[in-house]
Amino acid sequence: MSNGYHIVVCAGIVPDPLQTLEPVQTPQGWGLKNEMMLPAVLDPWASHALYEAANLAKNAPGSKVTLVSVAPKAKLQQVMMTLAQKVPFELVAADAPAGGFTDANDVAAVLAEAIQAIPDLDMANLLLFGGWESASRGAGATMQILGEMLGITEQFQGVDEITVTAEGKLQILERIEGGRHQVSECAGAPVVLGWATGNLPEPKNNPQVGMQNMRTVMPSLQKARPAALSGEDLNYAGIEVPKATRETRIEKNMSADEIAQEIVAWIKG
Amino acid sequence: METILYLAHTESDGSLGKAALESLTAAKALAEQTGGTLVAGLVGEDVQAAANTIAGAGASKVLSVSGADFAQARYATDAAAAEALCKAAGATLVVAAGDSRWNRVLPGVGHRLGGRADLHITQVNGAGDISVTRWFYRQRMEGSFTRTQRPWLLGIDPGTQTPWQGDAGDTVVEAVTVETGDARTTVTGVKAPNTDEQTIRPDANVLFVAGAGWTKKQADGQTHVADAEKNILGFLQAAQASLGSSKSLVDLSSEGGEVLSFMTHLNQVGQTGATPRHPKGLSTCCHGEEPHVVGWRFINERRAVNLDANCGWAQGKADVLYVADAFEVMEKVNALLAE
Repeated sequence: MSNGYHIVVCAGIVPDPLQTLEPVQTPQGWGLKNEMMLPAVLDPWASHALYEAANLAKNAPGSKVTLVSVAPKAKLQQVMMTLAQKVPFELVAADAPAGGFTDANDVAAVLAEAIQAIPDLDMANLLLFGGWESASRGAGATMQILGEMLGITEQFQGVDEITVTAEGKLQILERIEGGRHQVSECAGAPVVLGWATGNLPEPKNNPQVGMQNMRTVMPSLQKARPAALSGEDLNYAGIEVPKATRETRIEKNMSADEIAQEIVAWIKG
Repeated sequence: METILYLAHTESDGSLGKAALESLTAAKALAEQTGGTLVAGLVGEDVQAAANTIAGAGASKVLSVSGADFAQARYATDAAAAEALCKAAGATLVVAAGDSRWNRVLPGVGHRLGGRADLHITQVNGAGDISVTRWFYRQRMEGSFTRTQRPWLLGIDPGTQTPWQGDAGDTVVEAVTVETGDARTTVTGVKAPNTDEQTIRPDANVLFVAGAGWTKKQADGQTHVADAEKNILGFLQAAQASLGSSKSLVDLSSEGGEVLSFMTHLNQVGQTGATPRHPKGLSTCCHGEEPHVVGWRFINERRAVNLDANCGWAQGKADVLYVADAFEVMEKVNALLAE
């Protein structure tokens, strides 16, 4: 791998998972109540993709990581304040809604345009990373459509591991049914990898990395172009939060023997 | 009139899996509700046995893409096969199992055909405007929607439909030819988690969710990870249960903490984990939102064992909360199950 990889990581932002979410109708369609006020984080599975990309780039000399994000510029800037301290990357931003009721096709089109506009994009050595699903739309479709738009027909989803072999091939582990992984060997880039959790922990904040990243992050945010997501084909009939709250029987005074007997009877019942 | 393509792949033994038969139920219902034509499209090394299995499903014809190239689940060949079958059928609607193999390719195929694809579909309604239902924001809210674009490809979430049952018979299969070119990807095998025990059983009656409390210091001031492993694995084996985990527990391994040796990220339920479907769920030593809200979305009957009577996540989400030491309770449960 003399030239290294150009690893492009696609990542949106989502509301912090601990926030209460309530769907509401807005003039622009369905959204979340107080959506712009909710604290945001980088989409969790895409975060794993970014950490895996940084790790791969560190171990493949000549590689670089570009983070491409389609999100409201102001919210993305907030997320970058923390994220930029994690791993080295260059940011490419498009200013557009990031809600869960947008259409994967529209988002993929914006991502494709942004990626194709990256100066010196190395298609031959492109590894296109992202989460296999977002924590908002959860469509599980954006990366595949984006791959097709970019003409990449080697695609993998639910990826937990990538290894570069001595011959420069890519060995990839994808999640399949029954808690197993399918092991594939691909001749090399370009490929699409939709990441699941991977194997790496969240990197600790590194202010030096943050300083380095912010040199490209702020200019990128400033020149982020507004992008329209039409959603013209998609018509929501309704969105609702399940209301079912259970009457929980709380047993404080049962002995372990009694509890065990009750659980076993329940399991066998 | 709609032409509904039921798209299925064979398993390694040439049969159709449970998820494939579930999606046939959805495809057949859609054909009946819309008054459309049902066509079957099968992909695999040899699809004749599978075609015979669904002889009674009412498909007007059965198309196939078969051969050694299509035994493996990989994007390039599966996408080419699905694209060819959709074109050959003239499909306006495509219904497939939302398993790992079809979820990998359906959105890309939809794009190639100038259509749209939606995965994780839980309901399909063909009465009036065709609408589908799925979850958003990691199973926090449910939405139904329609699309005007065709073809519309639908990946049906496994566990949401009743598997189709019907008469088998001899079926004439029409072969569709696909040019695949040189494959750049080879599937070299399947790897199970590094454990002597199978811990994930999608068809299990019970999901056992373990929280980080299993690895924390207990009343004697010591951790008892070996005892935790014995209790959990003993229960999984005795009850043939599937194992889920909170994020905090699986994260311990990557953070260098003392860990349960058989626990991996594949076991994780919740925001960045799975949301499995099981009739019953037993949560132990969990105190977080994710296992109780997101991870338990599709668990019908739910019970929890933990030491905190005020656990806000169990209250209102579980049917029963036992305030007790999970070590002690599970040891006794295992003893009873062994009798």
